[in-house]
Order: sequence, then C-alpha cells, then structure tokens
Amino acid sequence: MAKSPGSATAKKSVKQRPVSPAPSVNSKAYPFVDHTFDVVVVGAGGSGLRATVGCVEAGLKTACITKVFPTRSHTVAAQGGIAASLCNMGPDDWRWHMYDTVKGSDWLGDQDAIEYLVREAPAAVYELEHYGVPFSRTEDGKIYQRPFGGHMQNFGAGPPVQRTCAAADRTGHAILHTLYGAALKHNAQFFIEYFAIDLIMDEDGACRGVVALDMADGTLHRFRAKMVILATGGYGRAYFSCTSAHTCTGDGNGMVLRAGLPLQDMEFVQFHPTGIYGAGCLITEGARGEGGYLTNSEGERFMERYAPSAKDLASRDVVSRSMALEIRGGRGVGKENDHIHLHLEHLDPAILHERLPGISESAKIFAGVDVTKEPIPVLPTVHYNMGGIPTNFWGEVLTSKNGNPDTVVPGLMAVGEAACVSVHGANRLGSNSLIDLVVFGRAAGLRCAQVVEADAKQRDLPEDAGQLAVSRLDHFRYASGGTPTAELRMQMQKTMQSNCAVFRTGEILEEGQEKIRKVWSGKDDISVTDRSLIWNSDLIETLEFDNLISQAVVTMDSASQRHESRGAHAREDFPDRDDKKWMKHTLAWADDAAKKVTIGDRPVHSYTMSNDIAYIEPKARVY
Amino acid sequence: MVQLTLPKNSQMTEGKVWPKPEGAGELREYRIYRWDPDDGNNPRIDTYHVDTSDCGPMVLDGLIWIKNNIDPTLTFRRSCREGICGSCAMNIDGMNTLACTRGMDEISGTVKVYPLPHMPVVKDLVPDLTRFYTQLASVEPWLKTSSPTPEREWTQSHADREKLDGLYECILCACCSTSCPSYWWNGDRYLGPAILLQAYRWLIDSRDEATGDRLDNLEDPFRLYRCHTIMNCTQTCPKGLNPAKAIAEIKKMMVARSV
Repeated sequence: MAKSPGSATAKKSVKQRPVSPAPSVNSKAYPFVDHTFDVVVVGAGGSGLRATVGCVEAGLKTACITKVFPTRSHTVAAQGGIAASLCNMGPDDWRWHMYDTVKGSDWLGDQDAIEYLVREAPAAVYELEHYGVPFSRTEDGKIYQRPFGGHMQNFGAGPPVQRTCAAADRTGHAILHTLYGAALKHNAQFFIEYFAIDLIMDEDGACRGVVALDMADGTLHRFRAKMVILATGGYGRAYFSCTSAHTCTGDGNGMVLRAGLPLQDMEFVQFHPTGIYGAGCLITEGARGEGGYLTNSEGERFMERYAPSAKDLASRDVVSRSMALEIRGGRGVGKENDHIHLHLEHLDPAILHERLPGISESAKIFAGVDVTKEPIPVLPTVHYNMGGIPTNFWGEVLTSKNGNPDTVVPGLMAVGEAACVSVHGANRLGSNSLIDLVVFGRAAGLRCAQVVEADAKQRDLPEDAGQLAVSRLDHFRYASGGTPTAELRMQMQKTMQSNCAVFRTGEILEEGQEKIRKVWSGKDDISVTDRSLIWNSDLIETLEFDNLISQAVVTMDSASQRHESRGAHAREDFPDRDDKKWMKHTLAWADDAAKKVTIGDRPVHSYTMSNDIAYIEPKARVY
Repeated sequence: MVQLTLPKNSQMTEGKVWPKPEGAGELREYRIYRWDPDDGNNPRIDTYHVDTSDCGPMVLDGLIWIKNNIDPTLTFRRSCREGICGSCAMNIDGMNTLACTRGMDEISGTVKVYPLPHMPVVKDLVPDLTRFYTQLASVEPWLKTSSPTPEREWTQSHADREKLDGLYECILCACCSTSCPSYWWNGDRYLGPAILLQAYRWLIDSRDEATGDRLDNLEDPFRLYRCHTIMNCTQTCPKGLNPAKAIAEIKKMMVARSV
C-alpha cells in the first residue's frame, strides 16, 4: 500500500517550507508546497537553459523545472550542427540564410521571425563559443562549418554554403553541457526530476504559474510566477518509429491544449531521411554534408533524379519523399526491399574519425555496420515537429481571439521545439533547430527583462489554483480500467505511423481520425498499476501519454483538413501547393472532455522585420 | 571504517518469479534488483522472462518490454536510447554500463541488472545522484577568461582543440565514479573519476584562463588524491573514455607547477 505523501517528504527539508491546505479529491489530500518566482521555465534543454540564463542575468528570480537532469534533455542528441552565417569557410550572408529558411519552410514560415532568427544567429553562436562550447576548428582556429541540406549560396542558386557550425557530430551534446555550465555559473535555481503537470490559468485567461510533481518524494509543488516559459520540446513519441527520446512527449503542448489554447501547424511532422533501419536512431545529415550519398537496390544515386542541383543535400522533406518513392517502386534494399543505403565508405577514414565519430559508433552498435567498409541501412524516421505553441518572435504565446489572430496570452511564453514562432513553417532545414533554441531562448530572456518587474508583488492565486493538476494526478494514479498505458500508447503510435506518415491521402487520414479517436476514448479505460508517489514512472508515463494523445489527435485532424501539399505535408490527392487557399497557419483546439477538436487559422506574416530585406514572394520550390 | 557486510535492511532477498509469457518465442531470463521505498521491505531480486522475438536487441529494450508487458511498476531511468543522454546507467552482468547500448547477445545466460553500486537507491534501478551533481558544480564547469572577450570566437588551433577529444564526450552517466572503490569509500570528499575528467576538460582548454584557480580547488588530499589508479573507471566507461588518464594528467600539472 502506498503511504500518504506526507510521510514520504519527511527526509527532505520541504517540511519547513509553507504548506497550504490542499483541495481534497476523493477525500485524499495532496498538500501543495508553494513557491513564488518572477519567472518559471519548464524544460532544461537548449532553449530552456538559454532562457533561464537570460532571465537570471536580467535580475529576475527564476526557477527551471525539468523532468530529467538538464544534460539528459534531448538537445543532447543533436548531431550535425548549428546554422549561422559566420563566413568562416567562404562567402555567406544572413539574407541567403533567410532565403534558404523561407524556401525550406515552403513559404509557411513567418518572415519577420525568420529575419530575427538569421540576423541574431551569428551573435548567438559566438555567445555559445564564449560560454565554452568545444566547436571543431578550421586551420586558422575559427569555428568549423560544414554544408547541410538546403543551405545554399546566392539566394538558393548554389553552390552549397558551409554554414553549419559543428562540434564533430556531437554539437547538441557540446552545446547542452556547456549551457548547463553557464546556468550553474549564473547560480540558476533548478528543480530537477520535477514533472510539470498543468498550467495555472486565471479567469482572465492569463497564466499564473504551474504545478509540478517532485518525482523523488512525491510532493506536489505550486509555482506562482509572473511569467511561465514552456521549453518542453517536441512530441516525436506520438509515433512508433522516431529519432526522438522516450521523454519527447510534448508535455507543454499538452498543457496548452488543456488550458484551452490552440496549437499551430501540427500537420507538419518532419521525417529525417536517415534514421537507422530498425532502431530509428539518428544518422546526421552532416554525413551527407561531408560527402555521403544514398543509393537504391540498383546502386543508383537516385537523388540526382529528384533534386538535380542539390542532390543528396536537398531539403529533408524532399529527400524523405524520394526515398519513400524508391522503396514503393520496388527499389529498396535488404531482404524486404524496405530501406535505403547511406554510403560513407568512400570517405577518408581520418575525416570520418574527426568529423563523424559519433555516428560511426552508432552505426556499429545499432546496425552492426563498419562505416569505413559498408553502407548504413536507413529509413525516413519521425524527427521534428514544426508545429507547436504559436508565439511571436519574442516568445510570447499567441491565440486567436475576438478577431485578433495575434492576441498575446498574458504570463505565458514558449520557446524551442515546443513553440511554433514560426520560423520552420512546413519544413525545417537541418541545423536550424539548434539556432532556433538559442536565439529564441535568448529572446525570451530579453523580453522578460522588459515586461517582468523584478520586485513587483504578485496577486494571490485563484482559489482553485492547481485543482486541474491534482484531479488529473489523482485520477490517473488510481486508474483501474482494463487497458494498460503501454497498450494504448502502442495503438496511438501505430495509428500515427500508418495513417499520418510521409505520404497522405484523404481516405487514409479519415481512417486515421477514426482510429486515433478510438484511442482517445480508450483513455477512459486506462489502467495504472503503480499506486505510489515516489518515482512512479508508470504514472508519469500515463500523464505523458495523456499529453501525447491530444497532440496526436490534433495532428491527424490538422493534416486531414489541409487540402494541399506543402513542405512535410504531402497529400497524394492534392499534390500541389495552393497559396490562394492555404497560405495560412492551422490552429487546433482540443476539448478533452467532449473529445472534440476545433480547427481555425491565422494568416502567415507577409512582411519582414525590417526594411533591410523585402518579403520573399512565393515561387516554385525546386532543389 | 570499511563496512564489509551489507546493513540488515539492505540485504537482498529472493523476490517474485514472474510467470513466463504465454505463446512466446525465444525467452531470455532477467534477474532484476527491486526496492520499493513505500513497503518497508528489504530489496529483492525479481525474475522475469523476456520474449526476445517481440523485443529489440538491447538490455534496455528488455527492461522496457518487461515494463510494458509484465510489470509496469519496474522503475528505471531512460531517455535517448542511443547512448548520448546517460540516463540508463546501471550495473548489468556485473559491469556498470548503459542499458541502451549493451546488447543482450553480449551477455551469456541470465541478464542480471542492479542499480549503480554504492549510491543511495530511490527506487528499483534509480539511484540518487544528487551528490554527484553537486560535485560537478564544485569544479565550476564553465569557461573562465579574464582577457577582453573578442567580438567573434576565441580562436583555438587544431592541436589545442584535439586536446579536448576524449574529454568533452563525457555524458555524466556516473558509471565510472560508481565503479571506483575509492569513490565508494570516500565519495563524500573524493570527487571521483567522472568529475575529475570534467575538471581536466576545463584545465586543458586553451581558451580557459583560470588554470591556477582550478588547480588550487583540486589541491587536496581527498578531492584529487584519492585516485589510486585502480582503473575500474577506464575499464567500465561506456563511451570508451579514459578518466584515469585525465586524473593522472591533473596530478602531473600539480607536480609541474610545484617545481
């Protein structure tokens, strides 16, 4: 039998902190430990840590809540690099970077935000270097930059530009560990292995804080804050096969949906061309940047047919679709003709050792392949969510209300993969994610310095603050239905994998909507076995599943209603981009109780941030 | 004093043998350390049978299979499942390593899984790493400079950057520190191999200008000098790093500055 949470806390000093009476659920009390901060950041990956550092620097009392120790966040797995026009390897220009990002986004990106991103990028990379990131170096001691998919010179005309700053093929690891060091230097206050359950919203629709569970001792913590910054990452684990970590469950996105706010552009799910066949582990695009190439069963370098100019370095959506078409055409490799080969064996082993040591190791462990001798078996694998919480380029969360599509939600910001700024539009370019994290993490800190008053007293929380979190926690903790979480999760992952993949049709998506709704309703029959509150990973996985399933549903619905093909969203029944009807962001609200999704839209910003560059007009996207 | 027997409440008991899954293909036996802080009982060893035809090849795949199919209460950390986040460090087949990169086929017979040794256990395979993280913070793992910061990057030669190879790749999994007898006995005062490797990563960074301060911070009979070159750290590191060498290099720097 589980003990009451009170006894579990005895060994910690929390007893001395103020404990307020808890709302009672099923006559079981969950006392809150109350905290007050200026800013609370949820998530300690690249964007969360950078935002935390910025807020501390601004003199704001800041807490960073994270469900895993910061260096275990999934930023750690980013390999290839971080894009910025430093010109260390040859000519480059932020305008070229902007053009490539707009074209990569298939014109769905907001160009004011993209201009902000690419102009701030070089300073953000220098800042990381000054924090101590061990970047690889050029002969003259500058940061080494490699070519990456979709990054070109001369406004897309080519040749490829070397823009992606790299620390071998462990750039995310190098950046995340260094950012954690920077946060330690700034003496940031961390709440580690605290699982954030729900936002505290008030009657005016403002965010007032967040409730989190301390996994180590089962205590519930209520954080009151003037600003909550969600930096909770993507939701790759809604799919069966993904490069994402087990912890990539989009918890912030789930909280936002429950708070009655919309998510944006959820139909755009990026498949990375080179996940290891079977295991799904990532092989960086940098492998092709350094000269690797793909072949089909006939040994043909088929990308030359699909993207005559960029070839293997075309945008990810283009390469993934080409691979899927080759496999569908019966030209896949292997016993089942169901995957593709990535060749590195022609590269100098010294180069592989210096620039791609991590993936050489991964290929050995997860595919049993010696990359100096044999090709790696690869397959397009779910990798990144372009969609997320709509924000402006300061990180402030937006909703569409009373006819204003850019209404700011007071007290709430979002950064990183959780956010949809939108700089990636319908398809993200490789190495634009890491730069997104630090540029917008930094922007959020700067914005907090402007809008959050450090010493100002905060209003009392609404009386029922935290009630939603407590009721959900209690509900799932004692859930005694007939379907274990793992089974429902598998049904969801299989449905997303089969009905919302690289190629989509109306028929398959409609079937997917029906199937995913069955899983959504199946939640009523969920069963949790572990009843304790100390490190109850059964319960945490269930709360994560609850976050995932609502995102899966809005992803399927958003995909079903967009009758065009744009970026990562490829409809076989609507093969062309349709700028007249569909040059707009999708918004999706979910009502969990009624199991109902509402779809709306927001205009794409058809303007830039400054007069230094004009809006880049849509044109055909050819690589 | 060294305690040579386990305290009474830590002595392990035989736990539950969970029924073999029905209609399974190839079965693999797992024996796993279990401890539930809520029930007041001693730790126990539970026995499970994993259907390897329905499961990935790694030890972590087996643990997840058990959690999904047999016993949802089995508790362990995991995240990236590709050997880069360092969450799933545990003692497998007598060796500290990552469950996600250790193949079941590398182990003969029963797969025996325990938490990282000599750390307080929170639950099952989850150790309390608070002290380890505090020790990391104590070496101040960030770049310290006093020269005016350049507008662009600090330059660093190829050769100087190469000195960080074999160091910066550390994933803080704590496999090495928790394999070190010296750390078992003096973990409260000795920093242990992982943290010393981190310390050396900043000491040897050509951009860093606080070498003296960093060495002062380590100049202590316990923090550094409890390394007795037992070498368990290097043998066990799942990333193939050599913490023992890093420690030796720090000791050399100490000598060099005193002569």
